[in-house]
Amino acid sequence: MKLKQLSLFLENKPGALSTPVKLLADAKINILTLSIAESQQYGILRLIVGDWKAAKELLEKHGLPVKTTDVLAIEVADRAGALAGVLAVLEQAGINLEYMYAFTLKREGKGLLLFRFADPDKAIRVLQKHKINVVGNADLFQRLEG
Amino acid sequence: MSKHIIPKAAPFDPVSAPDFLPPNQLRELQLTRLQNMVWHAFNRVALFRDRMSQRGLKPEDIQSLDDITRLPFCDKADLRDGYPFGLFATPMSEIVRLHASTGTTGKPIVVAYTQKDVDVWTNVMCRSFAACGLHRGDIIQNAYGYGLFTGGLGAHYGGEALGATVIPISGGNTQRQLMVLKDFNVTAICCTPSYFLHIIDQAAELKVSLKELPLRAGVFGAEPWTESMRQRIEKDSGIKAYDIYGLSEIVGPGVAMECPCQAGPHIFEDYFYPEIINSTTGKPCAEGVEGELVLTTLSKDAMPMIRYRTRDITALTSEPCGCGRTLRRIQRISRRSDDMIIIRGVNVYPSQIETALLKVEGAMPHYQIVLTREKGLDEMEVQVEVTGEVFSDTVGGLEQLQARLTKSIETTTGLRPRVRLIQPHSIQRSEGKAKRVIDQRKM
Repeated sequence: MKLKQLSLFLENKPGALSTPVKLLADAKINILTLSIAESQQYGILRLIVGDWKAAKELLEKHGLPVKTTDVLAIEVADRAGALAGVLAVLEQAGINLEYMYAFTLKREGKGLLLFRFADPDKAIRVLQKHKINVVGNADLFQRLEG
Repeated sequence: MSKHIIPKAAPFDPVSAPDFLPPNQLRELQLTRLQNMVWHAFNRVALFRDRMSQRGLKPEDIQSLDDITRLPFCDKADLRDGYPFGLFATPMSEIVRLHASTGTTGKPIVVAYTQKDVDVWTNVMCRSFAACGLHRGDIIQNAYGYGLFTGGLGAHYGGEALGATVIPISGGNTQRQLMVLKDFNVTAICCTPSYFLHIIDQAAELKVSLKELPLRAGVFGAEPWTESMRQRIEKDSGIKAYDIYGLSEIVGPGVAMECPCQAGPHIFEDYFYPEIINSTTGKPCAEGVEGELVLTTLSKDAMPMIRYRTRDITALTSEPCGCGRTLRRIQRISRRSDDMIIIRGVNVYPSQIETALLKVEGAMPHYQIVLTREKGLDEMEVQVEVTGEVFSDTVGGLEQLQARLTKSIETTTGLRPRVRLIQPHSIQRSEGKAKRVIDQRKM
């Protein structure tokens, strides 16, 4: 159910983003989605990639420490109010959302959003109870290839 | 092939015998040597003769070790002014070796050795290695720089005199250092502590487990370091980190060295006489009180030094040591009186910043202090590399880290710094002495 997200520390200076991106490109590791959180001085690059273990090893070998975090890919219908519904479920269960971003992928009128929770296991239990689809690794790759 | 028999436990090495002289005999020996040395310096070196004469002092006025405080000081400026031959006390025909400091400003400081001086140096370096339990059969990787710097050749001669195998790899090329460490079953390494931290980092990146190698001892010196650095080195590499102290003006490495008790380096007092003074007033400090270390060479022919002010801040103790050596000990040099930076009138030492960074869990000591002056006000920026351990995937997590580092430095130094998190490996690694402070203030 849980996906591995890689995060990297980037200094706020020209070229900081291209270093890891180019390393992954040269190793033919596909970036499925990404987001950047930034402060004045630095940024955090968060990535979901095809082969996270290979990517982590590669980046660390080049002196870029990588933190891995468990995140959830949640299916949300592409219509007004759908996200509000998911958030209401989480809120009721008292689950704190750290941050979220999206996949560009869409299927059967449903989009995929990435959520980072402090307690992903609890979030999975709550979401499943409410019949909200959490997309695992295998399913995700199938969708991306299909 | 013949079988090599390598002793497993460190036996008492006869070379260490002078380390255990009864104190009264040691003091007698020191006085005799001091008296001879003062005669020699007075007769041969104009600087010492002039300064003693100004005070109305003659060599025969030195009747006890306490009389040493009547002698004038000398310092780095005297050596610089004397460039190139000024303080040599023997004709060039007797001098077999020259070394020089790198000299950050202007002319380097040149030091000279007769054959006897080289032999004394070899002896104290040999005793240094023996003191930390090394012996014949050990394989010493000497990563101190060879050349004009005294570190390389000093350790080299001492290691050979001990009967150990010395690998003269010199500094730099960390990948090759690791290859040699691994392939030759190296048991001891000599380098600066900051360079060994760099070796530890590289080993982790190249997936070399230092803990599984036969390497068991590090002889670290040539720059100020701290107890927290020692703990990190020992924890991350599984070796024992010993502190060696020396300076080229006195002889090079081997002025003082730690024993297995690791309770501060023992000064090889049969050749070097230590005093601690208040660096402002020049008055002697009581035992155990921190001050500037002043050293007098007791046997040097080519370049005797009388009361040389080292600028190194430490304290001296004659408390008995667990190893039984009667040689007095100094504390590890963690700062120098000339390292001190004055920021908005507050005295700050880089070692204080290091201690503060290490207090914050997981923070590694790869840092740099950048001083600037904005609108007439000094600003201290501490740049800290973000490591895998402390990195957080949320901005809030990193802001907390930044706040904890800021608070810790403020508590230690009394100054609120600007803490800047920077990408790993963006601070240039030194292969010799680490450069911790970049002062961009225009005075």
